[in-house]
Amino acid sequence: MSQNVMQLLLAAIVVLPLIGAVAALLPAPPGLRGRDPEQAVLRHGVTVTGLVLALAIALAAGFDHDSPESMQATTDIRWIPALDIRIHLGIDGISLPLLVMTALLTFLCALYSYFKMPAGPSPMAFVALLLVLEAGTLATFAVLDLILFFLAFEMVLIPMYFLIARWGGQEGPARAGDFARTAPATATAATNTPATEIDAASTAAQSVAHSDASAGDQSGSGRERAAWQFILYTLLGSVVMLLGLLLIGLKGGTFDMVALASDNGAGLSHTTQLIAVLAIGIGLAVKAPMWPLHSWLPDAHTAAPTVGSVLLAGVLLKMGTYGFVRIVLPIAPDGAHTFAPYLAAFAVVGIIYGSLACLALALPSSDQRAEVGPGATLAPTGRKADLKRLIAYSSVGHMGFVLLGISTLTPTGINGALFANIAHGLITGLLFFLVGALKERFGSTDLNYLAGGARASGAALYGRAPRLGGLVVFAAVASLGLPGLAGFWGEMLAMFGAYEPAAGLSRPAYLTFLALAGVGTLLTAAYMLVVVRRVCMGEPDAGGYGAARTAGAAVPVAVGAAAGATGATAAGDLAGTEQTSSADSRRSNGSAGSDSSDSTDGSDSGAGSGGGAGSDGAIADVRGYELAAWAPLVALTVIAGLWPAVLLGLTDPAVQHLLGGGS
Amino acid sequence: MNTIAASAVQSIDWLAIAPPTITAVLGLVVLVADLFLAERHKPLLGWVSVAGLAIAGLSLLPLRDGDRTTFCLVSDGNVCSYVADDFTIVIQLLVLGGALLTALLSVHAVAELKLPAGEYWFLLLSSAAGAALLPASRDLATLVIALEVASLPAFALVGLRRGDRLAAEAALKFFLSSVAATAVTLLGVSFVYATTGSMHVAEIADGLTHVDSRLETLAQAGVALTLIGFAFKTAAVPFHFWVPDTYVGAPLPVAAYLSVIGKAVGFTGLIVVTVRAFPSYADVWGPAMAALAALTMTVGNVAALRQRPDRAHSAVRLLAWSSVGQAGYLLVPIAAAGYADSTAEAEHAIGATVAYALMYAAVNLGAFAVVALVAQTTQTAQPVQSAQATHTTHTAQAAQTGQTAQPAHATETAEPAQRSNDGAGHRLTDHRALYATHPLAALSLGFFLLCLAGLPPGVIGLFAKVTVFSAVVDAGLGWLAVVMAVNVVIALYYYLQWTAALFRAPTAVPATVPTAASAAPSSAGEASAAGEPVPVSAAVPEAQVVSGTAPGPRVDVGTLASGTPGTAAHQAAHRGARTGESATDAVRPRVPAPLAATVALTAAIAVALSGAPQLVLRFASGTLF
Repeated sequence: MSQNVMQLLLAAIVVLPLIGAVAALLPAPPGLRGRDPEQAVLRHGVTVTGLVLALAIALAAGFDHDSPESMQATTDIRWIPALDIRIHLGIDGISLPLLVMTALLTFLCALYSYFKMPAGPSPMAFVALLLVLEAGTLATFAVLDLILFFLAFEMVLIPMYFLIARWGGQEGPARAGDFARTAPATATAATNTPATEIDAASTAAQSVAHSDASAGDQSGSGRERAAWQFILYTLLGSVVMLLGLLLIGLKGGTFDMVALASDNGAGLSHTTQLIAVLAIGIGLAVKAPMWPLHSWLPDAHTAAPTVGSVLLAGVLLKMGTYGFVRIVLPIAPDGAHTFAPYLAAFAVVGIIYGSLACLALALPSSDQRAEVGPGATLAPTGRKADLKRLIAYSSVGHMGFVLLGISTLTPTGINGALFANIAHGLITGLLFFLVGALKERFGSTDLNYLAGGARASGAALYGRAPRLGGLVVFAAVASLGLPGLAGFWGEMLAMFGAYEPAAGLSRPAYLTFLALAGVGTLLTAAYMLVVVRRVCMGEPDAGGYGAARTAGAAVPVAVGAAAGATGATAAGDLAGTEQTSSADSRRSNGSAGSDSSDSTDGSDSGAGSGGGAGSDGAIADVRGYELAAWAPLVALTVIAGLWPAVLLGLTDPAVQHLLGGGS
Repeated sequence: MNTIAASAVQSIDWLAIAPPTITAVLGLVVLVADLFLAERHKPLLGWVSVAGLAIAGLSLLPLRDGDRTTFCLVSDGNVCSYVADDFTIVIQLLVLGGALLTALLSVHAVAELKLPAGEYWFLLLSSAAGAALLPASRDLATLVIALEVASLPAFALVGLRRGDRLAAEAALKFFLSSVAATAVTLLGVSFVYATTGSMHVAEIADGLTHVDSRLETLAQAGVALTLIGFAFKTAAVPFHFWVPDTYVGAPLPVAAYLSVIGKAVGFTGLIVVTVRAFPSYADVWGPAMAALAALTMTVGNVAALRQRPDRAHSAVRLLAWSSVGQAGYLLVPIAAAGYADSTAEAEHAIGATVAYALMYAAVNLGAFAVVALVAQTTQTAQPVQSAQATHTTHTAQAAQTGQTAQPAHATETAEPAQRSNDGAGHRLTDHRALYATHPLAALSLGFFLLCLAGLPPGVIGLFAKVTVFSAVVDAGLGWLAVVMAVNVVIALYYYLQWTAALFRAPTAVPATVPTAASAAPSSAGEASAAGEPVPVSAAVPEAQVVSGTAPGPRVDVGTLASGTPGTAAHQAAHRGARTGESATDAVRPRVPAPLAATVALTAAIAVALSGAPQLVLRFASGTLF
């Protein structure tokens, strides 16, 4: 394909989502109205992202695979001569896979939302924000000017903020809100009526207040707080990064990444490089996220809607690591060399920390076990083991591998990092989709609830939705790095790079890091398998022998609710025997809703799911549109796992080129 | 004889002096016309002024080549009092454009606040004329006169709201401190004149290079003192204390005018004095300006950070303090010019100030316009309420803001509601969920605030800050760059918080409304914990509307509240706010056209500049003098 066409393709990929975002806010033209405006605008989102994906695939097809190290499809025009800022676009073997993956994930998210729009305000704004987000991420991977990179980097913040703050939380809290609206309507009517009615009203009110206090953690103010935390963290990081970029630009004499990379730090003094790497590194590390700077991530993920989580984990985090490879390593190699061991250390701590946090979330909590005993029904609801939170922490661990790979400063390690980037995008995207599906079906992402013994609302996916269960298992084993799937190669190469780090880096230190990262993989395997066991296994059949077997355990704690709960208290619990029956019975109380004082305890899941998921045990298996959204991720995970050369063939020459100073 | 005649009757380049002259003449015309116009035709004056300012702005077009001079010395044709170079043209564009936007903003306010039309427009135009004259002045006498012509009408403008104690106090405060500062400047000017024997900037610059060593101290004192009057106008710390009270007391358009044109007057004067007149004393004013800049932005931003959103006038106060902070950024390149190695580099640095000021002018005026718009719509919603609701409003307001004086008598009659409500629309809390009622205004304000913060998509704000950064880094003032970076981060917080509030979901916690009826204490605690304080006075009328129209949650907020004033009223109003917010569409007052035009114009400028930052940034790369 000719250079001009490629140029246009790349420019169109960056600009098209922006135009689409503006168009999404305008009324649909005649002929494209669809069933109703909402459907029309969601379809518009699918069309635009699909078009971008098609362009990205065309770009990948036209990409000269014989020289992935050279910048292709470049556009270079003056924008602000006063500051010597140019609109410089281009792709090479490093950015192309990320670009295509971004286009793919956004398309899948748009497709998924078309069928399953997250609860929130108007879909018009949703689609517009999604497209702005896409434009920002695509631009981040396509621009070759430091200031433009910063602009693109920042452009994603605002859409992501609104996606979390306005569309987050999804059904659970929304349903609790519905309940709140309807129940007290009677209460208001009863203001001047006898005491009984007022009593009923106030109990309803209390239960609502309680359900808001617990389930509402993720809704309303909670998710606004998460969004606020997200934007504040990343902004503070970005401001620091901007200072570093400016320092490089002013000292290096240009903001052009290609020129600076081919200088390979020659024009920058050692001190400048140190300061610049520190400043830029902090900004990128917040985004990546690196261990001590990660604390915004779990909250943001927990609060975000499904598509927000998918894009946050699948794409936004990659912007941080991409920045390391594209900016820090080639432009300030001395500084990178000095800070590499620290980066590696933080990365490894992140791996261990992430896995331990996941393990703690995955295992049934000890306070719950302690609840077994008289009076335990009123014990406070323990810490919630939110699956989304768990995957967020696992992202911290996985990104730790990516950072470890980068910190080795070797082609092997960096290739591994780039591979792990893509693999993590695919697999974690899939995982978040799946958790979204679980939430939709069961009304909660609380692992303790999903494990739920074998009560009707417990997930027990193998029995009740085998295909969904199969997908969860697939994603989980891919995430833990099973050889033959995408998750394996990246982490293996990153650790391989750490075995023999670049010259001048302390090998013993890196060997230690390697060993610790190895422990991390074991822990990852452990918690992923625990999750699989608790979510997928279990007895789907609610009644029958299971109930009889465990009734003895349930009786002491569930006296008050026994009548309402027997049918549901099928604490068969083949999967997690350590799962307390007290928790089970509390939940069943919630769903039975017979006793108001008890329902306050269980309401966090009960109110949300009791009526919705249905205690009849019929759980929808994978639906058509879900399959359409997930199948490409599954396929690519398998392909990348079986045939890693597709990706490595692209990245390796480019990495060699970047490390070699563009000569 | 011939020479005397030639020196007495100079040929004046009328074209060069057209911009300030047109403005001044127009001011007089308006003042006189006011006497002969019937009351109902008074609004015409505003439109005449707007048109006149537009013409004055257009008169800049023939001057674009920027090499005109007039009022030159007969003995030396190169020493002139009035120079229309590129710097002058740009600043005059800023001043006249800013005045034009202020005028648009004022058209409605003059009628609304019943300000005397003739006087108002005369004062505004005179002040603008002075501000337009200032950048062209190249001798200290003209400079001080221009400064005073720009300032004196401003004092009157601040105090123009007759019978308003706050306005009178603000005007007096402003007047006294400003006059004192000008007096100090005059003292400095006299010292400089004593040492150099000239008032002309070019000759002073020359004369200061070889000062008699016995007069060295006098010259230094003169240089330092001359800066004070101008530093005062830019509201640089420690000459800033008048700002918050003056902005709050003044009519909103005047506050906007002071925040933009007032500052322009100050920093233009500083630039002319420092870079043009005292370049050889850069070691005196350079560190002074750097210290001023650092202090100004830090104090301004920290004070802005500490603004409580529910306090009366908090939006205006925040803008006032943020404008102090912004003034700090404006001073940074001037300080950098003091450390420059060559004149070219100094002028290069000055370009950063000019570029920043252009961005700041458009964006800050826009922010003020939206604040005016919000205040306007909150006020027009007021008459909907019944006397009972008024009662609720004020007791609640007393509980919330601690303003006991005004509501105390407001409860007696419903009439003073308008007065005490003046500040209500100016609170930050009134901007909560603005997007739900006025999406375009909310988007514009969000954009302006992001520009002020320097964040994408406010690209122009970002690049203006980048030019300032690069100026200060080039000058080798690393510590000032760090101070500025810290300040940018501090400012991010409050700008972002305000922006985020604009887009808050209008329905926060639906569950709390009904629980109010059964008075469950748990939910009361939750209501206050769940969100920020809500605009009580704005929300109550809406709640009334809702309980009147919607049959569902019919909570009689009024009765409940009037029975138990104080905290109960507060709580009830608080809950009422939540009922009301869902139906804010029902109360949607019309936005006055001039206000909407101002917002649209500033937003268009800000967006255009963000798309093509080169439009203003080119001043940072070229030479202006």
